[in-house]
Amino acid sequence: MSSAEISVFARPNDRLRRRKLVGRGVELIAWFAAAMGVAVLGVLVGYVAERGASQLSLDLFIKSQAAAFSVTSASQGLANAFVGSLVLIGIATAMAVPVGILIAIYVSEFAPRSVKPVVNLVLDLVAGIPAIVVSIFIYGLIEVGHGQTGLAVSYAVAVIMLPFVARSTIEILALVPNSLREAALGLGAPRWRTTLGVVLPQTLGGILTGTVLAVARVSGETAPPLVLSYVVSQGVAWNPVHALQTVPLAIYELGESGTPSDTALAWAGAFVLIMFILVVSLSARWFAARSRRKLGGSR
Amino acid sequence: MTEVVTVSSSIEPAVRVETKRQPLPPRERLETVFEISDLEALYGSKSALKGVSLEVYKNLVTAIIGPSGCGKSTFIRCLNRMNDLVPSFKQQGTIRYHGHDIRAAGVDPVAVRRTIGMVFQRPNPFPKSIFDNVAWGLKVLGMKDGLNERVEKALTQAALWDEAKDRLKTSALGLSGGQQQRLCIARAIAVEPDVILMDEPASALDPIATQKIEELMHNLKSEYTFVIVTHNMQQAARVADMTAFFSISRGEEGARWGELIEYDATEKIFTAPSDKRTEDYVTGRFG
Amino acid sequence: MSALDTTEPTRRSLSGRRVYFGDTLLQVVAGGAALAAAVLVGLIAYKLVQGAHLAISTFGLGFLTHNIWDPVHAHFAAGAFLYGTVITSVGALVLAVPLALGIALFLSELAPGWLRGPVSALVETLAAIPSVVIGFWGIVVLLPLMANHIEPALHSALGWIPIFGAPSTSGAGYFPAIIVLTIMITPIIASLSRELFLGVPRELKEAALGLGTTRWEMVRGVVLPYARGGVTAAVILGLGRALGEAIAVSQVIGATPYITKNLFSQGTTMGSKIAVQFLNATPPLEPSALIYLGLILLVFSLIVNLLAQLVVRRASRRLRG
Repeated sequence: MSSAEISVFARPNDRLRRRKLVGRGVELIAWFAAAMGVAVLGVLVGYVAERGASQLSLDLFIKSQAAAFSVTSASQGLANAFVGSLVLIGIATAMAVPVGILIAIYVSEFAPRSVKPVVNLVLDLVAGIPAIVVSIFIYGLIEVGHGQTGLAVSYAVAVIMLPFVARSTIEILALVPNSLREAALGLGAPRWRTTLGVVLPQTLGGILTGTVLAVARVSGETAPPLVLSYVVSQGVAWNPVHALQTVPLAIYELGESGTPSDTALAWAGAFVLIMFILVVSLSARWFAARSRRKLGGSR
Repeated sequence: MTEVVTVSSSIEPAVRVETKRQPLPPRERLETVFEISDLEALYGSKSALKGVSLEVYKNLVTAIIGPSGCGKSTFIRCLNRMNDLVPSFKQQGTIRYHGHDIRAAGVDPVAVRRTIGMVFQRPNPFPKSIFDNVAWGLKVLGMKDGLNERVEKALTQAALWDEAKDRLKTSALGLSGGQQQRLCIARAIAVEPDVILMDEPASALDPIATQKIEELMHNLKSEYTFVIVTHNMQQAARVADMTAFFSISRGEEGARWGELIEYDATEKIFTAPSDKRTEDYVTGRFG
Repeated sequence: MSALDTTEPTRRSLSGRRVYFGDTLLQVVAGGAALAAAVLVGLIAYKLVQGAHLAISTFGLGFLTHNIWDPVHAHFAAGAFLYGTVITSVGALVLAVPLALGIALFLSELAPGWLRGPVSALVETLAAIPSVVIGFWGIVVLLPLMANHIEPALHSALGWIPIFGAPSTSGAGYFPAIIVLTIMITPIIASLSRELFLGVPRELKEAALGLGTTRWEMVRGVVLPYARGGVTAAVILGLGRALGEAIAVSQVIGATPYITKNLFSQGTTMGSKIAVQFLNATPPLEPSALIYLGLILLVFSLIVNLLAQLVVRRASRRLRG
C-alpha cells in the first residue's frame, strides 16, 4: 500500500480520510442503535420469559382470579381472564371483520376516485384515536347509567380493530389483477357477482391473515376493559352481557396490587399473552408468505 | 470535417453513417488508461464475463457493442467498481488504471469512483434543483471554491447552460428526458474525473437528444476519456474511435457468459472485421 | 361485439332486475359501511363534546391553563395533565427519533444480508408487545432501577440541570414514563422509516456513489432528503401514539399532578388520569371533566393525523417534480 499507488486516485482538497472517518462514526452510531433496539427487546422478553414461564402450571388455566380487594383468598389462576378475553375478542372480531371487508369492497370496487382518499382518511383517523378515548366514547354510548357489560368491550375493541382489517383488505383487493375482474365482467357477470364470487375468494387467505394480525394486535388492549368491564367476577364466566375479566386487565390489576403472589401471576399472564401474540403473528406472516409464494408460482 | 464511412466490397453494405471522427493517432502516441487482463466477472457462481483483455486509450471514445446479455454493462461497471455494490459479485483478473490495480488492498472504491465517473442508462437526476444537482457533488468533494463558475462551466460543457441558466433553482425533474441526461453528464463532469463511463447513455432518449449527447462526447474528448456501452451500432460507428465487440458464448448445462470477440479501431470493426462473429453482428445477420 | 349486443337485451329481460338489484344492494351496503365509519368519527366527537359539555361550560378554556383537581369542591383544571402529556411525549420523541432512524439506517444500508431479516423481525416483535406488559415490566423492573441506581446517579452527576432534580423515592415519575413511551414508539418509527429508506430508487443512490462519495454522504445527500416527508410523517404518527398512550404511562408515572422541570418527579398525563380516575369519578362534574380531557386527546389525535397526511402529500408532490 504505497502512497504512490493511492495517489493516482487522490485529489487535492479531497479530505478523503476525514470523510471516511465521519462515515465510519455514523455507521457505528447506527450499529449501536440497532444493538440497543435488540437489547431492549431481549430484556423485555427475557424478563417475561424468565419470570413468567416458571409460573406456568395447570392452575393458571384452571383457577381464577380472586375478587378485587379480597383479603382472604389469593388469586390462583387466570382462567376467568383467558375465557373472558376469548369471548369478548371473538365477538369483536365477528363484528369488525364483516364491516371492514365491506368498507374495503366499497373503496376497492365501487368508490369514485374522489371518494377513495376520503374513506382512507377516515380509516386513518379512526386508527389514530387513542384506545382510552374510544373506551370512554363507548361508555357514554352504552354504559352510562346502565352498569358494566362485556359487550361494550367488544364494541370498543371492534372499533379499534376496524381500520386494521379494512386497510389490509384494501391492500389485498388491490393485488387482485384487474384482468380477472374484466374477464368476469366480460362474460356478462354483474358487478356484485364478480366481486363476491370471483374477486373475494382470491383474497380470503389474505383477509384471514389480516384478521389474525389484527386480533393479535388488540388482544393486549387494556383501556377498553379498564373502563368498561372492570368488575371482576369470581370464577369463569361466559356471558358477554355481564362484565367479563380480560387478560390485559388482569395483568394491570395484579401489577398494581404489588403482592408477590399477584406479581408472579401477572408475569405468568404476561408470558401467555406475549406467547399468544408472537405465535399468532408469526404463523400468520409465515402463512401469508407461503401463499404469496404459491400464488407467484402459479402465475 | 465529416467523412462518410464507406463499406468495402468484402462485406455487404451495413453501416453508412456520417461521422466527425478523426483518424487514429499512431499506436506509440496512444497513452493507456485502462489495462484489463483476463477479467472474469461472476455473480454468485455464475460467470457473466470471461477472459476479457483489452486496453483503453486516453482521450478516445471507446465503444462496447454486442447483443443483449453479453455482459457489456457488467464490464463497464467493473471499471469504476460499481459492481462492488452487488453482494454476490466476484471478480478475477485485474483492471489497471494507469498501471495501478483498482482493486488493490489500499485502494478505496470511493476514490476510484472520484476519478472514474459514470453516467447511467436512464437519466437519474437528484430530486433537487438543477443548480444543486451539479453543486452537490462539488460541495461534498471539497470543490466549493468558485462554485457558481464550476456549475456554469459544467452545464456549458454539457450543452445545457443556455436552456438551464434562467431556471437554475427550479427542480431538475421538470426537465425533459434529454435535458435530464445532459444534466447528469454535467453532474459527472463537474467533479473533474479523468474518465467518463457511459452505460447506454442515449437509449432512453429521442434522436435529437441522442445527437446532442454524441456531439458532447466529441467536443469533450480532448479533456476526458470516454468508454460507452451502446446497443446501437450506428452510434458506435458515429462516435467511437475504438470499438470492442462482445458476444455470448455458451457452455454446458445452459451456462452463458460474455466474451470479448474483437477489439480494434472502429473503422476496421465495421469495414473489415477479423472475426466472423463480428462480421455477422455488424452486418445485422444476428443480434 | 355484436354477439354481446344480442345477448344483453335477453339477459336483461330475463333476470335484468335481479342483476341490477344485486349491484345496487352491494353498493349500498358496502357504501353504507364506509359511511358508517365516517359517521363513527363524527359520533365520537359528538358524544365527547356532549359528555364534556358540563365541564366546558363550567370551566371554559381556562381548563387548559390552570392546575387543580379537586373533586371535593368540584374544581377541575387540566394544566398539570396537559403538561405531563406534552413533556412525556416530547421527551419520548427526543429519545426515540435518533434511535429509530439509526435502526432504520442500519436495516436499510448497513446490515449484512443475513442480519437484516432477523433484526427486522425483532423490531417488529417489539412493536407487538402490548403496552400493559411494558408498563408492568416498568413497575417491577424499571422503577426500582430508577429509584435505586439511575436517578441518583444522574442527579449526582448532572443535578445542576433542572431536569435531573431530586430523584423519586418510588422510582415512579415522568422519567420512567418517557422511557416506556420511547420503547413503545421507536419500533413504529423505525419500521416505517426503514420502508421509506428501502424505497429510495437504486439509480439515485448509484448516481451519488458514482460521483465518488462515501456511503454516509450518499445517505445524507440522497436517501434522507428523499425520505424526508415520509419520515416526518412517521415521527408525527409516533408522537400521536405517545400522546394517546394511557395504560403503560399510568403504571409508571405515579399519578400526582406536579408541574415541574424535574423529570424525576411524579406526574400525570391526560390519558393516564382518565384511565385511573374514570370509574371513581364524582358526578356530575368530575366525569365531565375527564371527558373534557378525552376530548382534548381526541382533538390532538385528529390534528396529528391530518398533519401527517399533509406532510406526506407535500413530499410526494415534491418528488414527482
